[in-house]
Amino acid sequence: MIPGPFSYHRPATVTDAVKLLSTLGDEARPLAGGHSLVPMMKLRLATPEHLVDLHGIAGLKGIRREGDTIVIGAMTTQHELLASDEISKSLPILNETALLIADPQVRYRGTIGGNVANGDPGNDMPALMMTLGASYRLEGASGAREVAAGEFYQGAYFTALEPGELLTSISIPVPAAGHGYAYEKLKRKVGDYATAAAAVVLTMAGGKVVTCQIGLTNLGETPLLAEDAAKAVIGTSLDPATLRKAAAAAEAIMSPAADGRGPVEYRKHVGGIMVMRALQRAAGRAS
Amino acid sequence: MAKTHITMKVNGAEVEGLAEPRTLLVHFIRENLQMTGTHIGCETTHCGACTVDIDGMSVKSCTMFAVQANGSDITTIEGMANADGTLSALQEGFRMMHGLQCGFCTPGMVMRAHRLLKENPSPTEAEIRMGISGNICRCTGYQNIVKAIQYAAAKINGVEFQEAAE
Repeated sequence: MIPGPFSYHRPATVTDAVKLLSTLGDEARPLAGGHSLVPMMKLRLATPEHLVDLHGIAGLKGIRREGDTIVIGAMTTQHELLASDEISKSLPILNETALLIADPQVRYRGTIGGNVANGDPGNDMPALMMTLGASYRLEGASGAREVAAGEFYQGAYFTALEPGELLTSISIPVPAAGHGYAYEKLKRKVGDYATAAAAVVLTMAGGKVVTCQIGLTNLGETPLLAEDAAKAVIGTSLDPATLRKAAAAAEAIMSPAADGRGPVEYRKHVGGIMVMRALQRAAGRAS
Repeated sequence: MAKTHITMKVNGAEVEGLAEPRTLLVHFIRENLQMTGTHIGCETTHCGACTVDIDGMSVKSCTMFAVQANGSDITTIEGMANADGTLSALQEGFRMMHGLQCGFCTPGMVMRAHRLLKENPSPTEAEIRMGISGNICRCTGYQNIVKAIQYAAAKINGVEFQEAAE
């Protein structure tokens, strides 16, 4: 399997990359880790005439803390996230999620920017970014703007990115100290996309839930924020009846496709179970 | 499409060649460099047979373009034996523990295990199994591959290899 022909560009700065993307137009695609795009090109499902490789741009790498926000460069790999002390300390749910993405070789190349930007509903990071209240910095020829993760996803492979714009970094507010977290992902094998997955970040006091956010992966055309499910658990001690109520509220907003991972009913059912398990595991970690 | 001049270090030697941008690294290694130890299995980033070591990372060379590896330092299975031609600890482990049957996945398994042991010289069995989870073997059931890597880890660490009871 050999991709169609294309011209290769390797800019050294974001300014040059954005200039290339805007002048080359629709037939140009940015190339991050390439582990979604290159397989699509081999299948000729993607046939860009120009690839703008972002690996030469040092400014797109790295993880830094700015006050109560963690800023992650778009070209930071899943492997680098896993190796980061800052992430393990401040955002351990990112660590847990990155370990469930693909396999070790893919994680050396796969980037967080590519994972959140390409709009694949099967990717794990987008729902997590919505759960954490993250925002994306998008840079284009006419300047930069910040878009909340919750506003970014419009449909499968459709995002708020305008032609010629590049997602350059992700800003994540650091969750409260003592927060509980869990990412529960049901998959058929290592490297598979989720049959259903749920992210939970919550805080507790006196055995009761004080704040809670729940995100869902691969259970709709876009990642989903299960707001009613999260509301249902506030003020409770996550007793079995409450967990079932939260699962039902989450299932009500799911609209997965029937595919090799199972029929719609099954995927919604296990989606509810992922929500319950993630809530319980997150509560067990909260202090 | 115009070809690009590419230079890289492969198994310690400077090499060069011409490749179209769309040439995958695995094709460049096998066809331009005539090093056919790196195998092409699934071509879809699943099986790991094409794994090589690039600048300290295990990479599936079917999912990277050769032009992207311009200037990099690559190790393939051909570079794994000791300088005197004897088998490295990992290769010896695969031989002693019967870590291969048909052998198709072996170059990728050895290259992945090489980086795994560099990053974690004393992995647990679970860490080995997760560490090679991007490599598929259809013959062995993985049991003897895991033992081969344990054998190599023991040898590298200078301790006696103790095979776990079945």
